Amino acid sequence: MEINEMLFLAIALTTVLSALIVALSKKIIYSAFALLLTLIGFAGLFIYLSADFLSMAQIMIYVGGILILILFGVLMTQRIYDPSQITAHNSIWVSLAGGIAMAAITGAVVWLNPWGKTLAKDFEYSTSRIGSELLTKYLLPFEVISVLLLAVLIGAVYLGRSREVHK
Amino acid sequence: MASFYIALLFLAVGFLLVGLTVLFSRLLHPRINYPEKNLTYECGIIPEGESWIKFNSRFYVIALIFLIFDVEILFLFPWAVVFEELGLLAFVEMFIFIVILLVGLAYVWVKGDLDWIKPRPELAHLPKEKGK
Repeated sequence: MEINEMLFLAIALTTVLSALIVALSKKIIYSAFALLLTLIGFAGLFIYLSADFLSMAQIMIYVGGILILILFGVLMTQRIYDPSQITAHNSIWVSLAGGIAMAAITGAVVWLNPWGKTLAKDFEYSTSRIGSELLTKYLLPFEVISVLLLAVLIGAVYLGRSREVHK
Repeated sequence: MASFYIALLFLAVGFLLVGLTVLFSRLLHPRINYPEKNLTYECGIIPEGESWIKFNSRFYVIALIFLIFDVEILFLFPWAVVFEELGLLAFVEMFIFIVILLVGLAYVWVKGDLDWIKPRPELAHLPKEKGK
């Protein structure tokens, strides 16, 4: 086996195993920390799809930002401070049905699209192409992203602010 | 793809170094336990209450603000890669991008979302807090 394939297997295995911990762990805080490994594993898998920009986005935004928010959210849940409290797993059939439905939809999308040819190609860096396209052809959408981020910032802060501040 | 192998190498070496440090300290350190040693602070301060304290929701808002500017930094990457090709044009475009987001920073700053919460002692000679 090639070293590339071995690495792929290792990354895929890490991702799947940590995702299992996320789903099955008895303590919600362990789930949140296992999500860290899952997201990093995704970043590795994106590199195998020659999506280096996406992989960077994964590390920076999901691992560096959203996971922190999830951890904050977990730490703010009710009765997280009771160490004997365990997360219930009593809706396993519903979760299984949801997971199978999700897998079916993703599988159908992958099956119906001719992505196989794109994936068989060699690795190429996408960041510079994204950069030049964003700054020339798609300049207006690029600046609109900024406005969108501004709106998101103001909206999120307005909703997240504690009530006493804006009295 | 070669540069990602280097990144992976860094990751692996990082994990290895931390793992080895923990392993060596586990092998070397003497195991003597007494109640004082298990205190949070070993400097004589007796800790009060639980270590599981509830976070102030203020941290959540700051994390949200951080996340937005994280996305902004993400867009600096493709810009930096092609900056040399496009020159001044790229500079002006990114300048506009950042200035629009700086409005958001000004907003949260003025609204006081970046302020730290400090307990304010109520003493007679202190002036009243702004806006109260």
